[in-house]
Amino acid sequence: MKKYIIPSIRITIVLTIVLCVIYPVSIMLAGKLSKGAGNGETVVVNGKVVGYANVGQSFTKPQYFWGRPSAVAYNAAGSGGSNKGPSNPDYLKDVSNRIDTLLKYHPYLKRSEISADLVTASGSGLDPDISPEAAKIQVKRVAKFRKLDEQKVAALVDSHIEAPLLGLFGPPKVNVLKLNVALDQLK
Amino acid sequence: MNTELLGIIASFAITLLIAIPLGKYLARMFAGEKTWTDFLKPIEKGIFKLSGINPNEPMNWKQFLKAMMTINSLWIVYGFFVLMYQDKLPLNPDGNAGQSADTAFNTIISFVVNCNLQHYSGESGATYLTQHFIFMFLHFVSAATGIACAVAVFKAFRDKTATDLGNFWNFFLKSITRLLLPLSIVVSLILTFNGTPSSYAGKDKFISLQGDTVNMSRGPAAQMIAIKHLGTNGGGWFGANSAHPLENPNYLTNMTEIISQFIIPVAMILAFGYFIRRKKLAWVFFGVMMFGVMMLMLPTISSELGGNPLIAKMGVSQATGAMEGKEVRFGPAATAYWSTLTTVTSTGSVNGMHDSTMALTGLWQLLAMMINGFFGGCGVGLLNYFIYVIIAVFISGLMVGRTPEFLGHKVEAREVKIAALITLLSPFLIMTGTALASYIVTVHPNIDWAVKPSTWLNNPKYHGFSEMLYEYTSSNANNGSGFEGLGDGNIFWNVTTGVVMLFGRFLPIIGPVAIAGLLAQKKFIPESAGTLKTDTLTFGVMTFAVIIVLNALSYFPALALGPLAEHFSMLIKR
Repeated sequence: MKKYIIPSIRITIVLTIVLCVIYPVSIMLAGKLSKGAGNGETVVVNGKVVGYANVGQSFTKPQYFWGRPSAVAYNAAGSGGSNKGPSNPDYLKDVSNRIDTLLKYHPYLKRSEISADLVTASGSGLDPDISPEAAKIQVKRVAKFRKLDEQKVAALVDSHIEAPLLGLFGPPKVNVLKLNVALDQLK
Repeated sequence: MNTELLGIIASFAITLLIAIPLGKYLARMFAGEKTWTDFLKPIEKGIFKLSGINPNEPMNWKQFLKAMMTINSLWIVYGFFVLMYQDKLPLNPDGNAGQSADTAFNTIISFVVNCNLQHYSGESGATYLTQHFIFMFLHFVSAATGIACAVAVFKAFRDKTATDLGNFWNFFLKSITRLLLPLSIVVSLILTFNGTPSSYAGKDKFISLQGDTVNMSRGPAAQMIAIKHLGTNGGGWFGANSAHPLENPNYLTNMTEIISQFIIPVAMILAFGYFIRRKKLAWVFFGVMMFGVMMLMLPTISSELGGNPLIAKMGVSQATGAMEGKEVRFGPAATAYWSTLTTVTSTGSVNGMHDSTMALTGLWQLLAMMINGFFGGCGVGLLNYFIYVIIAVFISGLMVGRTPEFLGHKVEAREVKIAALITLLSPFLIMTGTALASYIVTVHPNIDWAVKPSTWLNNPKYHGFSEMLYEYTSSNANNGSGFEGLGDGNIFWNVTTGVVMLFGRFLPIIGPVAIAGLLAQKKFIPESAGTLKTDTLTFGVMTFAVIIVLNALSYFPALALGPLAEHFSMLIKR
């Protein structure tokens, strides 16, 4: 073993310089050219950062579109899911309570119209998106609380549905923060 | 729904399109033949010179393994201390604390052995220094260690008789300079231009649209996420791993990450065939493995798309599949596809929480890690499969009454003993660990420990048992994913899984390399009519049968107590 110790130490040092300094710093420099300059893309309203485009945030007020339930309460200094198993009674009770809350604010909804992503917690706790169906079922409530024309709000939702990648791959989705920013600007 | 399925079909097709030429390239490159990356030679020469290494020095299997074990031990000792004292070192903009001794013990083993079980959270338990200088560094070198050891096995079977398995340092460094680093540069650029942060800026603070104050963890993650997938490591920057919207911002990055964690394991199998000039043998290996992957993947996708029957019972439509623990931008199909590939390879990164997947999905995830030989981790997948092949050769030899041989070398008692021991090691480690943890949870739930065992499990009954079984299975397979509800950040779990990871890594590397070294030294017996041919469909079926029988015998009882029992109990409730 002795024979290999010195080479081991030396190659570890050399590789540390290559892999932990040269490589990441070059990528960091290249990343300066990306949207958000490698710091993460922000959403700015009236010159103020109101969030990160890719990171979900909490919306609980009735005049906003709501995102998905979060196991970390959208605290972006951490992240994580509920890790509740599919048969866990506590978990099923949580889901049932969320359904009740949703029905309270959307009395016009039938249970079968509820989109599953609105009553289940996301994997990261920071999911920025909801499904187009989940946005559509909230239109009536948002329009009512904002005293806006329902069709106008519905049109806004339609314009915020992001198509699958190249129109072919993956599910369509709606970014909740971007939708709500646009909603605030709607007259 | 259709676009979701199209997405995974495209990911799969692109993987094959990249892996086949990559396999050819790897064979030529490791054989020292001319390749287009030869322009890197001066850099490699420089690194060897600075390290005082002669890359042409031949090594027999014992010397090869000694070099490998020496440098791996060095990393464990060095990393352990850096993790403990990370709070006193630079590059800690968020002011995170040092790791406790038992957490550091678990973490450093976890990263050295390419497992990446994470008993800390990236946002608060590590600094930018440890994320890059320890974790990302180990992402590269642990993958390169696995690849180098697999190439030693290649070398053993290239010539008729050989004592020289090649030079460890040579294979090790070339894995980095000619494979892992160039691919990491490409992948990290894709990630950073799609929104994954790559700068060293610390936490950000902003007022959300609704008026809440939010602290936002960031950091140079793109660089690490690239190699975490290419090297089948899986240890992420953020706690939520690749479910985190900054680690995996959109469907394109999701495809990139899932493709990058599968290309090297697939390419290595094909490289084996090109290297030893027996392409057909490699395609038989490939066929068996791909069939195995499909058998695990198709039911997984169907079970996730089916949704949770107990939520359907509440009247909520499950048309979009099971969404608990999943992200809308990926959808359940891509998450199911990922969950299979991350458990067959030893990656263990997740884009959705495995703890919340359906009971049967959990079964397939566990089984994939128990088998651990369908493509598997970088390099080590082939080594694990090689053990199954030796057992299959031995059993087939007994069945037809001939001396078993593999590629012209007699497989004798010593080799079979090693293979049998390695095969028995996995169930031993997994079952002992799970039994011990179950015993403590049920008999001493309120024992006077810092974290009481009664609080370990996040889910009751069968699923709680599955959480413990999953943790040890993942540790032994060096996978690193988890049923993350388990309260594993305490001394019991840190120490026991640390030990399991250590054995689960090095013995299954030492065993196959030793067998290959021993076989290669033996006299070459030319093929004759009486030779058992290993590059045939029949032998492929035989190997598959051996894999199924061995794993069913070892694990069926445990799987019945965990995921199967949960599944059937859900059917009754419905």
